[in-house]
Amino acid sequence: MPPLARIVKGSAYTVTDMTQTAASQPLLEVTQLTKRYQGVTAVDSLSFTLQAGECLGVLGPNGAGKTTTLRMCLGHTTADEGEVHYRFHPTDGMLRMPTDASRIKASLGVVSQFDALDPDFSCEENIVVFGRYYGLRGADVRRRARELLDFAVLSGRAHARPNELSGGMKRRLSLARALVNDPKLLILDEPTTGLDPQARHLMWERLQQLMQQGKSILLTTHFMDEAERLCHRLIIVDHGQKIAEGTPRQLIEQHIEPEVVELFGQGASTHAHGPCRALAQRVETSGETVFMYTHQAAPLLQALQQHAPGVRTLHRPANLEDLFLKLTGRQIREGA
Amino acid sequence: MASHQPNPWRLPAPSGSWLAVLGRNFLVWRKLAIPSLVGNIAEPLIWLVAFGYGMGALVGQVSYNGQTIPYLLFLASGSVCMSAMNAATFEALYSAFSRMHVQKTWDGILNAPVNLDAVVLAEMLWAAFKALFAVTSILFVMLALNISHSPKLLLAWPILLLTGITFSCLALIFNALAKGYDFFTYYFTLFLTPMMFLSGVFFPLDRLPSWVTALAQLLPLTHAVALVRPLFMDDWPTQPWLHLGVLIGTAVVAFWLALALTRRRFAS
Repeated sequence: MPPLARIVKGSAYTVTDMTQTAASQPLLEVTQLTKRYQGVTAVDSLSFTLQAGECLGVLGPNGAGKTTTLRMCLGHTTADEGEVHYRFHPTDGMLRMPTDASRIKASLGVVSQFDALDPDFSCEENIVVFGRYYGLRGADVRRRARELLDFAVLSGRAHARPNELSGGMKRRLSLARALVNDPKLLILDEPTTGLDPQARHLMWERLQQLMQQGKSILLTTHFMDEAERLCHRLIIVDHGQKIAEGTPRQLIEQHIEPEVVELFGQGASTHAHGPCRALAQRVETSGETVFMYTHQAAPLLQALQQHAPGVRTLHRPANLEDLFLKLTGRQIREGA
Repeated sequence: MASHQPNPWRLPAPSGSWLAVLGRNFLVWRKLAIPSLVGNIAEPLIWLVAFGYGMGALVGQVSYNGQTIPYLLFLASGSVCMSAMNAATFEALYSAFSRMHVQKTWDGILNAPVNLDAVVLAEMLWAAFKALFAVTSILFVMLALNISHSPKLLLAWPILLLTGITFSCLALIFNALAKGYDFFTYYFTLFLTPMMFLSGVFFPLDRLPSWVTALAQLLPLTHAVALVRPLFMDDWPTQPWLHLGVLIGTAVVAFWLALALTRRRFAS
């Protein structure tokens, strides 16, 4: 993503803090969840809660344990230690995964990382057949399918097969299919990975619409703009552990300096140690680009003009991506 | 440490929604039923023409259980069992593997209130249905060709369904272990092809060395043929409970093993 886009969005963004007003009894409660694969701890004592009406984002680099966590929440794999509990209505009893898997899944909608659509069925049939797994049948489910196709902007493609659809359409069909049972909680694993900007924006708009209808969302993502736009609250995981938690704004305020000056162009990296260094609280280098984090950018920019006239600078507010990179490092992970 | 982990050998407990999974496969099949019907009838017809009429002209009559019968009748009654075996095996190997591993259809279904036991049960019954569909069309062709008009063929029908169930359970074991389609070649060359020749489909077993005959008694297809062939001859099978017991016993053990292995595959 070009840095300019981040400036515009970062400064224009406001978020309402859901955590203060939310009910005390969470819809989803994950306690001390641990999963090991052949001696490797994929998820390590992970705890978090999700309140009704909330969108909670799980952020982390590849291999951080995000998908494994979701799989345990869905009962697809059993935790070695820890508990997953759901309570879909305050007066309902608590349901435990995996013991109450069927009752829990009746109130969930899931969009997995890879579309698992039925290639032999049309879009409409995909939704209708999926509805049967929930015991829905007849004219009701067909009407519901048409509504959902409309919602997913796929009405014109009702009779097309999934392999005739674009990536964004397939993803929206997966979302429509996941909504057939009118779920209370949507679980989305990287819902916009691989989509073009138009398709991503349409997906975000639809997810926001669903939140306005009162649905809760648990999502994993790599995209900081997606997290900032959709999530009321975030947890950042790395090596299976939770390393930070809070609203997007809180996290940025707590963990990093509010302003960033990026230096790039020839010789930029030399200024990481030059006379301007003292004016920044923290400096990071990535290749030829230098990131200077500061509480006050004005004196730094002035000094740079003096000492580094040929270097291009970009001044912008700090965003989630800065936070994420600070917490999880700039190195490419093996296998990522 | 792994105290939370459920035992993969626990008893099967399919959720009630298995019928919807069976219905899903039926809906896909309905779109392709006519072409698959052609295949179902053409293949056994080729066997019958090539072997029955070709070999039959050479062999003429065969003695079976103390009776002398036309080779065509001998072959037809054996090959219908083989067709049940093949139809169930193909569905529970290649098609089930496509749905489980390639298309990720199972993963999608498992997000709904359907458990893995229900999906495996539905796949097993579906493959058995495909076998039943194949043998039914073959039986009609055989009736039309006047190969047998025994009223006892009505009893052969449920036995052929059971044969389909047994072989779909066996195939699902290999489905659970497979990493790719290539793996199924082993199952065919090491298991199904020898079984085709050692189960008395093409020639009577009593001509073979005694150790081969003893080995043949361990193969489920031998027992299916031993049940179905006398019914084609308007006769009653000898030791029917033994043969039924082997088919049912194999099915139960194989299903349990297939389910345990599939649970292990999906838990990781």
